[in-house]
Amino acid sequence: MTTNDPIYKTDALIAQDIDAYLEAHQHKTMLRFITCGSVDDGKSTLIGRLLYDSKMIFEDQLAALEADSKRVGTQGQEIDFALLVDGLAAEREQGITIDVAYRFFTTEKRKFIVADTPGHEQYTRNMVTGASTADLAVILIDARKGVLTQTRRHSYLVNQLGIRHIVLAVNKMDLVDYDQATFDAIVADYKTFADSIGIEDFTAIPISGFKGDNITGPSEHTPWYKGPSLLPYLEAVEVDVTSDQERPFRMPVQWVNRPNLDFRGFSGLIASGTVRPGDEVRVLPSGKTSKVARIVSLEGDRDLAVAGESTTITLEDEIDCSRGQVIVAAKEPLEVADQFEATIVWMDETELVPGRAYWLKIGTQTVSATVHEPKYEVNVNTQEHLATKTLDLNAIGVANITTDREIPFAPYAENRDLGGFILIDKMTNQTSAAGMINFALRRAQNIHWQATDIGREHHANMKHQKPAVLWLTGLSGSGKSTIANIVEKKLARMNRHTFLLDGDNVRHGLNKDLGFTEADRVENIRRVGEVAKLMTDAGLIVITAFISPFRSERDMVRSMMQPGEFIEIFVDTPLEVAEARDVKGLYAKARSGQLKNFTGIDSPYEAPENAEMRIDTTAMTPEEAADLIIARLIP
Amino acid sequence: MDPKTLTHLQRLEAESIHIMREVVAEAENPVMLYSVGKDSAVMLHLAKKAFYPSPPPFPLMHVDTTWKFQDMYKLRDKAAKAAGMELIVYQNPEAKAKGINPFDHGSLHTDMWKTEGLKQALDKHNFDVAFGGARRDEEKSRAKERVFSFRSANHRWDPKNQRPELWRLYNAKKAKGESVRVFPISNWTELDIWQYIHLEGIEIVPLYFSAPRPTVERDGLILMVDDDRFPLRDGEEPVMRSVRFRTLGCYPLTGAVESEAQTLPEVIQEMLLTTTSERQGRAIDHDQAASMEKKKQEGYF
Repeated sequence: MTTNDPIYKTDALIAQDIDAYLEAHQHKTMLRFITCGSVDDGKSTLIGRLLYDSKMIFEDQLAALEADSKRVGTQGQEIDFALLVDGLAAEREQGITIDVAYRFFTTEKRKFIVADTPGHEQYTRNMVTGASTADLAVILIDARKGVLTQTRRHSYLVNQLGIRHIVLAVNKMDLVDYDQATFDAIVADYKTFADSIGIEDFTAIPISGFKGDNITGPSEHTPWYKGPSLLPYLEAVEVDVTSDQERPFRMPVQWVNRPNLDFRGFSGLIASGTVRPGDEVRVLPSGKTSKVARIVSLEGDRDLAVAGESTTITLEDEIDCSRGQVIVAAKEPLEVADQFEATIVWMDETELVPGRAYWLKIGTQTVSATVHEPKYEVNVNTQEHLATKTLDLNAIGVANITTDREIPFAPYAENRDLGGFILIDKMTNQTSAAGMINFALRRAQNIHWQATDIGREHHANMKHQKPAVLWLTGLSGSGKSTIANIVEKKLARMNRHTFLLDGDNVRHGLNKDLGFTEADRVENIRRVGEVAKLMTDAGLIVITAFISPFRSERDMVRSMMQPGEFIEIFVDTPLEVAEARDVKGLYAKARSGQLKNFTGIDSPYEAPENAEMRIDTTAMTPEEAADLIIARLIP
Repeated sequence: MDPKTLTHLQRLEAESIHIMREVVAEAENPVMLYSVGKDSAVMLHLAKKAFYPSPPPFPLMHVDTTWKFQDMYKLRDKAAKAAGMELIVYQNPEAKAKGINPFDHGSLHTDMWKTEGLKQALDKHNFDVAFGGARRDEEKSRAKERVFSFRSANHRWDPKNQRPELWRLYNAKKAKGESVRVFPISNWTELDIWQYIHLEGIEIVPLYFSAPRPTVERDGLILMVDDDRFPLRDGEEPVMRSVRFRTLGCYPLTGAVESEAQTLPEVIQEMLLTTTSERQGRAIDHDQAASMEKKKQEGYF
């Protein structure tokens, strides 16, 4: 047999007995696989070849392909299969694939969905995307080049994403004269690497996507190769589509179906296990139990639904259950936690900001979550752990994550649907990262049992900041409020959680019963100090703008705070300058006697003696002052 | 227990239903675009399954050009009623006023009735998510479009700036004014669609089956003279031919194929034995290289 004769001719049954063909086709299974490899390894050519050999290319497409091949092809006068699959105009011009493309073909035994993903480094996120839904990976190697950095990168990712079936397709064998020694050396080299990263098994096949060797059947050019050809292997490989059914029942609730008061159904795609009417189930995280009453469908009630199916069930009892909760087998519940260690693949141009709140979507639930400073980043070429403070585009690392509420989950290695998540930037709505839960942190369990354990440190950790009180003191009109406002805006841009307590504003509410006598002024400051203390307990950076003329009260507030948290800032503006500004017209009123007890006029201002900072407003702008304060707060 | 192996159609059905439920759970005001073709028929059927016993909790919307086949209008009204869904029909008033038609206005016909009409309709009703029946196997630029495909406030698609889509996690977050086109049957092929219609007994427009129809041959396409608006050229005389359609659009733009296939299995048989691709019968794709990608960037579905 010559290698260019496809053995996958159109199924004879189609012409002879279409009903029999349809009956057979209806029962075909599906395999989703990903092709990955380095630039120019021939991925697109291989996929084009698979489509061509499985008769998925029509005459008009072939005619267009032949014309394109002559015009822009890279294979001389021969058909350039890569042109079939390189879809977008931009990448046609560049001659490279730039995104994930999905292809479809069917053989007599299976339907296939192929994720075609790019090889070069900056598009790792697309490869991870393609791998996330794949049952199997075909990793391409150019026989002339052997195992490259990209090969290692993609193998590592494929393994991280939990793909257990790997085909090592050693391509372009025609260009090394179908040399067995070359093939064997590459396979040995790859095996060493695969072992080192924990890939347990792979199948190596020598092929030529361009010439068609060992694609649909054994090639006469490689008599030394006794293994399966690519397509027969893909048709036969056992995929664990049924193994999920043997695990305990889990169904994230997607939508509550309430057409009327008499019906309340819970819709979702079953992540694992099976369900029958009468099964005892538990709703997480609430823990309430009930029994399955019905499995409802358009065609009538069913007596069984299995992992991978979208279904709607009703329960015997009226218990609270809504989108995001997970219905599980009552006796085998899921773990519930709010702190995790996760492996994270960063996919956004904007790098990870540890401590910033992102949306975390897992299953059917979206919660607010913060990523802590990464424990390490992985060099995907060498699997070395590197120290890092962030993750940027295409980086992979391990970090702890804290969610704002407890979520039911399974480690990713157990279940992709219950352990895989995405992080969404709250400002841009971009999908910033993909993550895989490794395990819950023990700390989370303690908090689960002892709510009082959530103290000030926990609050601060959640915000990933050190609480502080920036206490601005100075004469009326010195510029405290202006500077405080700029400081807060700048801190907000840095994703710090802040609160600004302003003298005038507080007197509209909390302290509206107080006047301006010395006693009232003291009480005013005492109350503000207590509020500031509560806020630092909550982990906030508090900025205050009060004249607070008396040293003792400022010291009293200082003593309420943890050592080092109180930062006294003297906004130093000479009386004559403040009076000349007289923004609110108060000095004029005080001078004319309409306003009593006005600081600096008929009430004293005790300038700080040991303030942490002194701001000379005659020498700098409010902007500069704010920058100086922030530099002191966050060195 | 014995595991139950899911077939490819069962896996595709589960995925499509999951996608539709995600939209209903997360969107503010979704709509299902309904073109009356076989893909729309499957999408509507899946929606009925996804939300049963509730009717699908969104309206159906047909962005009409006034130039569809008469049989399509009939089935459209019937299908919406049977599903218990509100039917919104939108016709671009500007195109109507100017009398835009496929005979005199070429590609302007598609631009104004379909591309502009769709944008106007979405804006008018403030729909933030629109389901569409596009499939990835139809055309190369579709092959890399996401299931949740974002449109800017002026409805443009940026193929270079698509959100990564992992596992079964769809990010439906968007800013005000932005919208999402969602394609629940992205991973279905033409054969899957036919097979499913066959299996589930879904009603489709009779034009998919062969029958004697009045036709003329023009520019290499066999066109059906569906009503008296069809301007016959000198010497043109409608001829009865036994024809059917592989895709349905505006009748003056949709080429028929000569065929004797009168049942679904026969149609499927013909499709599998045929040597030309599905979209070949559509005039608009042949305009220029990468024409579909360009149209999509401008807001065509």
